[in-house]
Amino acid sequence: MININAIREEFPILQEKIDGNELIYFDNGATTHKPKVVIDAISNYYSTQNSNVHRGVHQLSQIATDYFEESRREVKKFINSRKECEIIFTKGTTDSINLVANGYASLLKDGDEVIISELEHHSNIVPWQMCCQKSGAKLKIIKITDKGELDLAHFESILSKKTKLVSVSHISNTLGTINPISEIIKCSRKVGARILIDGAQAASHIPLDMQKIDADFYCFSAHKIYGPTGVGILYGKEEALNELPPYQGGGEMIKEVYLNKSIYADLPHKFEAGTPNIAGVIATKYAVEFIKNIGLNNIHEYENTLLEHATEKMHSIPGMKIYGTSKNKTGIISFNIKNIHPYDIGVIIDKMGIAIRTGNHCTQPIMDKYKIPGTARISFGIYNTKEEINKCVDAINRAINMLS
Amino acid sequence: MNSIKDIEKSIIEEFEMFDNWTQKYEYLIDISKELPKMENNYKTDENIIKGCQSKVWLHADSNNKKITYIADSDAIMTKGIIALLIRLFSNQKYDDILNCNLDFIEKIGLKDQLSQTRANGLLAMIKKMKLYALTFKHKYEHEQNK
Repeated sequence: MININAIREEFPILQEKIDGNELIYFDNGATTHKPKVVIDAISNYYSTQNSNVHRGVHQLSQIATDYFEESRREVKKFINSRKECEIIFTKGTTDSINLVANGYASLLKDGDEVIISELEHHSNIVPWQMCCQKSGAKLKIIKITDKGELDLAHFESILSKKTKLVSVSHISNTLGTINPISEIIKCSRKVGARILIDGAQAASHIPLDMQKIDADFYCFSAHKIYGPTGVGILYGKEEALNELPPYQGGGEMIKEVYLNKSIYADLPHKFEAGTPNIAGVIATKYAVEFIKNIGLNNIHEYENTLLEHATEKMHSIPGMKIYGTSKNKTGIISFNIKNIHPYDIGVIIDKMGIAIRTGNHCTQPIMDKYKIPGTARISFGIYNTKEEINKCVDAINRAINMLS
Repeated sequence: MNSIKDIEKSIIEEFEMFDNWTQKYEYLIDISKELPKMENNYKTDENIIKGCQSKVWLHADSNNKKITYIADSDAIMTKGIIALLIRLFSNQKYDDILNCNLDFIEKIGLKDQLSQTRANGLLAMIKKMKLYALTFKHKYEHEQNK
């Protein structure tokens, strides 16, 4: 059992009042709040450790480097990768995907194919469009069913020897669907394609084991796992990462530089050009520890009870339609109410202190598929409660009354 | 015809009658319902204002150095805002529209919600309305110089 009250006390922002109301934060799919240990780690870094990493011989630089590399070890343990060098720190999930897609732009050629799906976030669509434009490869799209699940039969029908890379999300940020990535990886292996999994919506909700999942690349952001913004993680199998050319050139990513050529550094530094977000990376360790202390199995179980409770309560609202009705989903509910624009719901319940997301959630193709302008979305984090869900349902009902 | 500033003043006074956000929002919802219907043939891609979370269509006509606007939105709150803007700008002179600085949003106490952010596109709406005024002004001047 987890003690939600004790967990809530670790998040200073939950004490904030919004127009005099207690903050009810249901926009965790966009970003999660930060526990005090993470906030303190950032402040502590600048107060006592600030120095550039991997460069200085002086003590502060060595201390900062030690903490920085300790974060890498902690992330390695968190996702159970084989080696520390398989953990690359980036700016975020978007940056991680761009790093890989940019590399593939020079590896792929005319006649090759890349597969993504209809339910991807724009950051797992646009980089591949750019990659295909540059390389001449063709982009193929896995269709989704009305329930918001990947159509695996369709996937198998478009998978071929031409497929060089398959990039799909672990969990849909709009629909909450947990995609059958083990099936997808198994099929992709048969044709020898590399696989990237966008895990932005998974890393703080379900346990991850890179050795079991066996993807070639797996990306997620610190800010969605109770850590700071501006830090992303790119996990890549050593051999898959070594295949890629460097993403950016600069300091840190080189072994030797002459005026006419450079010899690049080994992993992970090859992909970490320039001064990184040192404070953010160091604080990420504390976010990971925070999650580990609660336990991802416990988190998953608790958030499931929130999902079940919310789904039931939401169905009691007249005119309610939920998008994404897979049995395999996490705490994300995308919905619309008949004849009401999601934006109106969003601005009205905001006045009652409830933060939700409205719009297309950077997944315009999903909106096109369902032929809707957008949805309202609630997405849960570990500090949310059933009481908050009840208040949210009351607020939505009140908004409906005002609007009709 | 009242000036834009006069209309703005009366809008501020109307909103001052309410003491809480619920009443203000309900008033905005009422205002949205009074907006004259926009025929579907005006709901073209050209008339869509980009930068709003909800769809907003805006069309304008000009006659005798004055502009009339018609608009619609698929979201009620947005429709309420555009209705207020139309009340301010309709039948005003080109230069008055182009030169005005509106600050009623702050004064009616809805700044948090209706601030000039990308999400609700208030700024984009005002910009498009001023763009119409500028276009009609140039057209008028061009015709005068013929």
